[in-house]
This record gives sequence, structure tokens and C-alpha cells, in this order.
Amino acid sequence: MIATAPLHVVEHNALSFRRAWRGTLTGVVNPFLFLGAMGWGLGTLVSRHTGDVSGVDYLTFLAPGLLAATAMQTGTQAGMWPILGNVRWTRRYDAMLATPIGVDAIVLGEVAWITLRLLFFSTIFFVAMVAFGTVISPWGLIAVPAAALTGAAFMAPTAALGATVRDATAFHLIYRLGITPLFLLAGTFFPISQLPSALEVVAWLTPLFHGVELARDMTLGRPQLGADLLHALVLGALLTGGLLAARVTFRRNLLQ
Amino acid sequence: MTVAAAAVRRLMPAGGRIPTNPFRMVERNVLVFRRSWWALPSGMVEPVVYLAGIGFGVGSLVGPVAVGGRAVDYAAFVAPALMASSAMNGAVTDSTFNLFFKLHYARLYDSILATPLGIADITLGEVLWALLRGLLYAASFLVAMAALGLVGSPWGVLALPGALLIGLAFAAIGCAATTFMRSMQDFDIVQIVLLPIFLFSATFFPTSIYPTPLRVVAEVSPLTRGVDLLRSFTTGDVGPHVAIDVVALLAWGGLGLVVAARRLEKLLLK
Repeated sequence: MIATAPLHVVEHNALSFRRAWRGTLTGVVNPFLFLGAMGWGLGTLVSRHTGDVSGVDYLTFLAPGLLAATAMQTGTQAGMWPILGNVRWTRRYDAMLATPIGVDAIVLGEVAWITLRLLFFSTIFFVAMVAFGTVISPWGLIAVPAAALTGAAFMAPTAALGATVRDATAFHLIYRLGITPLFLLAGTFFPISQLPSALEVVAWLTPLFHGVELARDMTLGRPQLGADLLHALVLGALLTGGLLAARVTFRRNLLQ
Repeated sequence: MTVAAAAVRRLMPAGGRIPTNPFRMVERNVLVFRRSWWALPSGMVEPVVYLAGIGFGVGSLVGPVAVGGRAVDYAAFVAPALMASSAMNGAVTDSTFNLFFKLHYARLYDSILATPLGIADITLGEVLWALLRGLLYAASFLVAMAALGLVGSPWGVLALPGALLIGLAFAAIGCAATTFMRSMQDFDIVQIVLLPIFLFSATFFPTSIYPTPLRVVAEVSPLTRGVDLLRSFTTGDVGPHVAIDVVALLAWGGLGLVVAARRLEKLLLK
């Protein structure tokens, strides 16, 4: 593999993005809407009843969870329809393979591009978080790459799957039965200690939980070397595993 | 195309503006849906997960909320609202994404117009189909709610036709909006509009928390009216405001249908 080959894939995505950027406006506006509505509305209700959650007001508790969860959703979706489209419909990857770019470069390039996008939109989310006063420590800056890591960790294995499917059926099922439950039950909206103990164990095992905890420890200014390193390692392992799996499935589906 | 269109118009009474057999449209959609049957059971898992996460998970942090002067558990407060918004989402998905695809890519309606069916059949048929799907999801949601003990009143049964009404309003609005779209990028506008509608309805917290100008906007929104309708039924807080909700939803739906039919005519019979 030529060393700069993945960069060409990234460049291609960046050029395409110039046409599609309007669709990502939601990524800019949504954080402000979510934090505004949830913080204000839900936050008021929670503070009236329970007071602080995990030692801080509800919005401060919720925001880093939303940051990581949004990254998860963006990453997962990026590994689904675009990959399927490029492999089966527009056959963009076939076009790329006609050049000196190889399959490994495509995989790396796609993940690298998603990571860049995630960094960008996580930064915007972070700005919204700061604006709403939910970042109470300079450690919070680490939440941005933490969120990008979470999103990439979801994107890579999803892309590995995306290269193998023929239609979007599996995507809908994964989203409904995997992503949505994760979004709601893995520590974003409430501490997993509220779950019954069996479910709490399951939640602890999910990658989103680790992303949320990592981001939350940072923005709340409570870094714990051991735990947070573990969170990052889990996400890194998922990302690496996904990359390796994607190499295999992309090869199998693009090279005859 | 204009020759064919003129021929269609000549054959149809009133130029296809009166529906003669919209159920053929529904039949067609049912036959196609049999291929993606899995969407039904997986779609029924979603409400349960939402109820668990938001209703009970967040609910354990929030405590009871006042509805019509009585205190209601947060789960019972949020559940009918989630039902309303899932009715909305189902209707919007069908009337935007599916409709756009059929209109511009599959060219489905061109082939349908070559039969004795007309514009009104298509419009009404698509809306009916969206309603049917909405009914299935709403019924499964209501059953899930009842199983979790979140339906506090026998009026709750009316939440089912209530959800249909919400579906109608949003299917009509969605159809109308789709006729203005030109490319897949425009779908993001749908998301941009839906999210504030969702967040600033009375789903997660009562609208009494809003400052007045925002509260007025929230109260006019069809989703807020739908949420209020279903919540009134499932909590038993039934009164004149229920009639207002029904009228508002009918008005939104009617507006959407009129716009959609006019626009579709322009798009398909050029």
C-alpha cells in the first residue's frame, strides 16, 4: 500500500462533502436544540425532584452522554448506507481500485475521514456544551477526541458489515435492536445504577457506555487514570477489530 | 407525455380529482410490504425500549408530573407522548422518504396513472396506507403501555383512533412537503424541522415550563396537540381541550392534503 493512498480517499470524501454539507447542518443545530430543550425542560423537572445527579445538575450530567451518543449515531450511520452504496450501487470503490489505491487504503481512508467529521461535529457540540455551562473542567477538552473515538469505534465494524450486505435490511434491524437501546439505556440519560443489576452488567459491557463514561469523567473534571484508560482501550479495541474485519470483508466483496 | 396526460384527463371524470378506487393503492403497498415483514416486530421493540429508558430510567429521576390537576408518574406522562411521536415519525417517514422515492426514482406513479386510477386515488391511497401502518404500530405501543401499567383510564382505548388522527395530520403534511423536494439532500430539512417539533412539544415536560412566546408556538404544533390528545385519554384527563386537539389535527391534515393533491397534479401531469 502506498503511504499516501488513504489520504486520497480522504480527499475524495472531502471534495464530495462540499456538495453534501447542507445535510450536515443538523449536526450543527441539533446540539443546541437538544441541550436547550433537555436542560431546561427535563433539567427543571429533575432538579425539582431529585436535585443533583452524580453530583451535578441534570444537564451537566446529560450533555457528555449526548455528545458520545451522537457520535455513536453519526459513526454507525456512516458505516451503513454510504458503504453499501459505494460497494453495490454507485460502485465508487471499484473506481478507486482501478487506480493504484488498494483496499486497505480505502478502509483506512474512510475511517480517517469519518474521524475528521466526528472531530468537527463533536467540537461544535462541545461549543454548545460550554455555552450551556456544562463543561466544568479543562479536562473536558479531551471529551472531543473521546467522542470521535467512540464514533469511529462504531463506524469500523459497521462498515465491515456494510460491505457484505445487499440491501439495507440489516441496517434497520441493527439500528432498532442495537443502537436505539444503547442510546437510551447505556448511561446517557440516567446512571446505569438505576438499571436492575443484570441489565447494569450488560450496559457496562457496551462500547457506548465506555464512550459516555470517558466523556463524562472529562467534562465533569473527574479523570480516573485506570478507569478512563480502560474506557479508551475498549473503544480502541473495537475500532481496531472493526478495521481488521473491514479489511477482510472489503477484500472479499470488492476483489474477485 | 402531454398527449398521454390529456388522454388520461379525457378518460377520467373531473380529471382524476375525485378518488374512484384508492384501495388499489393500499393493496399494492400491502403486497410489497410482505417482503419487509421484519419491520413490524422490530418496530414494536422500539417503544418498549423508549418506555424503559425515558419512562422508567429518566422517570426515576423526575418523579410525578401534574396532568390536569392530578399527579401522574413520569412514565405515564411520557408514554402517550412517545406514542404520539412514534405515530408522527411513522407517518412522516412514509410520506416523505417512501413517497419521494416512488415519485422520482421508481416512477411508480407514472405507471399507475396509465391505469384508470387518478391523482386523487394515489394521494388518498398513500395516506390510507400510512394510516394503516400507523395503526399497527400504535396498537402495539398501546399494548406495551397497558402491559407496563401505564394506561390509567378506560378512555385509553381512544388513544388508538387518536394516534390515527395524528398519523393523518402528519402524513398529509409530509406528502405536501415531499412534493416540494427536489433531491435527497432536502430530506435533511425534514429532520431539521422535526427535531424542534419533537423536543418542544409537550413530550418530555409540560408546556407550562416555557416562556409565553415559545409556549404559543409549542401549543400550535400538531405534535403538541397530538400529545395532549393521547395523554388526555390514557390518563383520563378528558375535557373540552380534547375537542380542540381533534379540530387542530383535522385542520393540519386537511391543509396538507389540499396542498399535496395540488402539487402532485402539477408534478405528475405536465
